Amino acid sequence: MTTTTTIEVRRLSPSASSIIIHGDITSGTEPALMDACAQASDDATRSIVLDFSDLAYLNSGGIGLLVTLLVRVQRQGQRLLAFGLSEHYRQIFELTRLDDAIGIHDSEAAALVAAGA
Amino acid sequence: MTTETGQPGGDPTEAIPTEASPAAPMPAAPAASNWAAPVSRLAVGVVPTDALNLNVAGRRLAGPVQGFGQLWQKTYRVRLTGADVTPAAVIRTWKEHFGDFWPKGNHFYGPLTSLQPGEVALLNLALPGKMTLSTGVLVIFADDESFAFMTPEGHQFASFITFSSYADDGVAVVQIQALLRASDPLYELSMPIVAQRTEDRFWNDTLWALAASFGAADVTVEMERVCVDHRRQWRYAGNIRQNAAIRTALYKLTHPRAWFHHSGDA
Repeated sequence: MTTTTTIEVRRLSPSASSIIIHGDITSGTEPALMDACAQASDDATRSIVLDFSDLAYLNSGGIGLLVTLLVRVQRQGQRLLAFGLSEHYRQIFELTRLDDAIGIHDSEAAALVAAGA
Repeated sequence: MTTETGQPGGDPTEAIPTEASPAAPMPAAPAASNWAAPVSRLAVGVVPTDALNLNVAGRRLAGPVQGFGQLWQKTYRVRLTGADVTPAAVIRTWKEHFGDFWPKGNHFYGPLTSLQPGEVALLNLALPGKMTLSTGVLVIFADDESFAFMTPEGHQFASFITFSSYADDGVAVVQIQALLRASDPLYELSMPIVAQRTEDRFWNDTLWALAASFGAADVTVEMERVCVDHRRQWRYAGNIRQNAAIRTALYKLTHPRAWFHHSGDA
């Protein structure tokens, strides 16, 4: 079966970038997501905001991948935030307790305020 | 800037649709029922009288974010060469008979039918010295080609563990992938001495048993262990208060009748 996941990176402010996910997050998404993280990070980046507005599918491998991304972002001294999660995916973040470490917000603007960016 | 899955070495400015990695099979459509609903505290259903039911009821889930030790990604994989079976059939059988493939002396008290999202299973695990560790797991995710567990507070690992199967060159491949931290400093101390090897042997033996049940030939279990984060999360050192090994040992010391529950010799 064929699937397509497209990941964009956008600079939101001098200290924040967003990673926009179109499609699925599974363990197979790892190279693209880590590449996007590298693109989103420079010396001035303090926050990375995940945009899940166009997230189509998330499985348990994808949750593991987000943990790995979180570790990488924290190692770089950055914060990881997210917005655009549907109620279903918010519940998955709650179930897996990822929301303990990834700040979940209603909008990009709210995430940026929380990031202080 | 855009990047695509399956293009780790590709030009990140080009968006070229690609097929998903065979290690990450896609379902036909997302389904909400593949995931468990959020739970604040675990509840245990009816368990057999010979089971030691400790350290699960009332506990919260704890994943790698809430663990203490270094973060490890461990992968165990076996090819079912010569077995005429599809990945979906492998997962169906595994969900129905999960504990049957475990090494002798370890007990999985799950549902009588098949693992479903939201179900809690009680585990009685054999420890050295005929000791028992009573803990559990929650089935957080299940579909036709995979299922996943998350551990409760007190379990030796704060972890997600995914069991999956996919086809590779016409052969079903079975994979276990765990993302884990030792839950507390005591468990972390045991990692290089006992816990890593015990864990590796446990899942190696499980995959051997599963492969044998399908009549696979030339069974070889591949293992990979990657330290994803060398740092320890000292803010979670207090997890030791929930340590299920200590609590199980104390319980058995103060309840001699519990010595006759499963204790690694069944």
